[in-house]
Amino acid sequence: MKINKRLLSALPVLALTAGCCLTLTGCHGREGLAAFEIPAEFDVSQNYEITFWAKNDTNKTQTDIYEKAIDDFEALYPNITVNLRLYTDYGKIYNDVITNIATDTTPNVCITYPDHIATYLSGTNLVVPLEELFADEKYGLGGSDIRFDSPTTAEIIPQFLEECSFGGHYYAIPYMRSTEACYINKTYVEALGYTLPDVLTWDFVWEVSEAAMAQDSDGNYLVNGQKVMIPFIYKSTDNMMIQALKQQNAGYSTEDGEILLFHETTEAFLRTIAKHAESGAFSTFKISSYPANFLNAGQCIFALDSTAGATWMGSSAPLCDISPDKIVEFETTVMTIPQFDTDNPQMISQGPSVCIFNKTDSQEVLASWLFAQYLLTNDVQIAYSETEGYVPVTSKAQNAPEYQDYLSRCGEDNSTYYDIKIQAASLLLDNVGHTFVTPVFNGSTSLRDAAGHLIETTVKSVNRKQTVDDAFIEKLYDDTVSLYRLNRTGSRNMPSASDRAALGALPVISVILLSSLAAAWGFMLLYLAFMTAKKKRNRQ
Amino acid sequence: MKKLISLLVVLTLVFTCVGCGASGEDKKSEGVMTYDEYVSAALDSEVVIEAYVQAKQSWWEDKATVYAQDKDGGYFLYNMACSEADYEKLTPGTKIKVTGFKAEWAGEVEIIDATFETGKGNYVAKAEDVTSLLGSDDLINHQNKFVTFKGMTVEAAGQDGSGNDVAFLYNWDGSGQEGDDLYFNVSLNGQTYTFTVESYLCDSSTDVYKAVQGLNIGDTVDMEGFLYWYEGVNPHITSLTVK
Repeated sequence: MKINKRLLSALPVLALTAGCCLTLTGCHGREGLAAFEIPAEFDVSQNYEITFWAKNDTNKTQTDIYEKAIDDFEALYPNITVNLRLYTDYGKIYNDVITNIATDTTPNVCITYPDHIATYLSGTNLVVPLEELFADEKYGLGGSDIRFDSPTTAEIIPQFLEECSFGGHYYAIPYMRSTEACYINKTYVEALGYTLPDVLTWDFVWEVSEAAMAQDSDGNYLVNGQKVMIPFIYKSTDNMMIQALKQQNAGYSTEDGEILLFHETTEAFLRTIAKHAESGAFSTFKISSYPANFLNAGQCIFALDSTAGATWMGSSAPLCDISPDKIVEFETTVMTIPQFDTDNPQMISQGPSVCIFNKTDSQEVLASWLFAQYLLTNDVQIAYSETEGYVPVTSKAQNAPEYQDYLSRCGEDNSTYYDIKIQAASLLLDNVGHTFVTPVFNGSTSLRDAAGHLIETTVKSVNRKQTVDDAFIEKLYDDTVSLYRLNRTGSRNMPSASDRAALGALPVISVILLSSLAAAWGFMLLYLAFMTAKKKRNRQ
Repeated sequence: MKKLISLLVVLTLVFTCVGCGASGEDKKSEGVMTYDEYVSAALDSEVVIEAYVQAKQSWWEDKATVYAQDKDGGYFLYNMACSEADYEKLTPGTKIKVTGFKAEWAGEVEIIDATFETGKGNYVAKAEDVTSLLGSDDLINHQNKFVTFKGMTVEAAGQDGSGNDVAFLYNWDGSGQEGDDLYFNVSLNGQTYTFTVESYLCDSSTDVYKAVQGLNIGDTVDMEGFLYWYEGVNPHITSLTVK
């Protein structure tokens, strides 16, 4: 059979070209989107459909507010349609965004935490930096072409705005803010012979909790006459650890992501927790259930939860998961979380923020920004903040007569003006200067989870009659580092071989790309060998 | 005569094999608790049980939540260590030996921090009629079993935005949307109970999800599901029939 010599000589070149094309295509796919640039004009002649992934607290009023906000916004911008997808769990939003990044189906606007954004940023130009949008004359905050009364940058509470800044950019705008509070059964505290101090301390809480463990000969707790009493229950143990460390000026992490969590102060705190878990005086939400359920049944004295959980707290709570016949009458007091230093109270700042995902169509991104900005208007801010112990994130809303009127009517009823809810919001308003946030970096979510894991594992281990000694702490630290891929002395690890195995098989597209690379090099080497051999034959 | 004896021998052998097979399924392996021993075990104690997968609710980050049952009782396995590949093998009827810790959360008794291994055998429970136990102290003894409720009446679950009574809600208070859990109320003998279609167990594509979406107040229904507990009886329904 005659071989076409021209074709034969062209084969290596063709193979090389094909391999390069494939690899370059693959490389281009990995480069991500182009950076967002603000269009000169918003194109109102085109229709845009954007998705908004929103988180609510399983609260119908909140979802109604989202829907009204969308209706009102669409009336102002008829060429923009906003599709709402509701979540009740930040973790689920986070997981779904991560999953959808791979398929380029992220939402347009998304309720988020800065910790989550740090992970999203591992994709190139995935999340839109907002500072240029803030400052845009036409479409920025308070811009000339905005069709609603949007706040200016100066009218966003500076601390809340700064919480959305990291890596030199603003990657989100704050939406609502909350902190943690201690909801206290004051009736039982006084029945035990104690008086609530001006500022709650850890020592006070532990002491009263232990006092509440006294039982009669039938096993009924003296303070409530029931068979169940868990005096101190903490909802979010990650916050518990983070705040305890901050209050003691102990390390958690650096701004750059160096892990500082595993030290003696953490150990001391865990040992204290272990002691009170052993007596039954302390438990957590993950182990026992909602602090509110126990509080309202007269089975808890110090219920530690977000100010955004205030509507569930107390004998007259408008929201309640236990049957009415189990509710006990008592006086509820709302105080800041326990402190180590009463002269320098420290508490976490938390609450939803909003980020915008980049898209190939810059007009679509601009439409998304317009809607995100709408969430900062007084109508939305005031309405949403009144659903729970949230505070509006703008001074414009906080100072508005309607909001001031709302605060002044604390206790008028057990719904809109529910006293515990307004007291919780007021607690944050009075303590904004004492709030803090943790550093945000790729891995900060895992570190937060690890912080909570330390407490949960300690309490469970005590419940299982294990001894919390030096060996336990050392093993706990090692296991936590491994589980969350942390490094006790440095930053977050790259996955080990066993981790890589756990990560599973390569995706098909990766296999194809790598195979193409290998094939291209293979053909190049073959061609080189062929030409070398040909030269030798020609010399002979 | 020879033929008769041969037939008798064969029949005897057949019955023996069947008997062996049945007793082999019921017999617990060494070191495994009976259901009664599990029930008697203290909370936070380590337990080792053998049961059969009845349904699986979710998998995420190498953890699975599974309903299991043996001939004596039901088990709820919460966030059991399970690879994604192994999760696919947990089909209804699969026998598993589970080692974990007994816990209770809002009244729901469960096994947590568990690992498992599969075994030989297969059992899918028939739904046990516990309708007459509603409102009694005995109902909780059937927790996590696959059960049926018959002849219950659909009551209002809540109100829509216009204040009209509705037969079901997305999420407990109507704050959800298509794809979220469904909550509905059913009554018997003047007492009303809240039942749920847990969306991880039965998503919006399932017959039961659509059946609940199609409910009308006043319908008489028969239901099957798992006897889950959250601050009281809160069955997770897997099928519903309007009579």
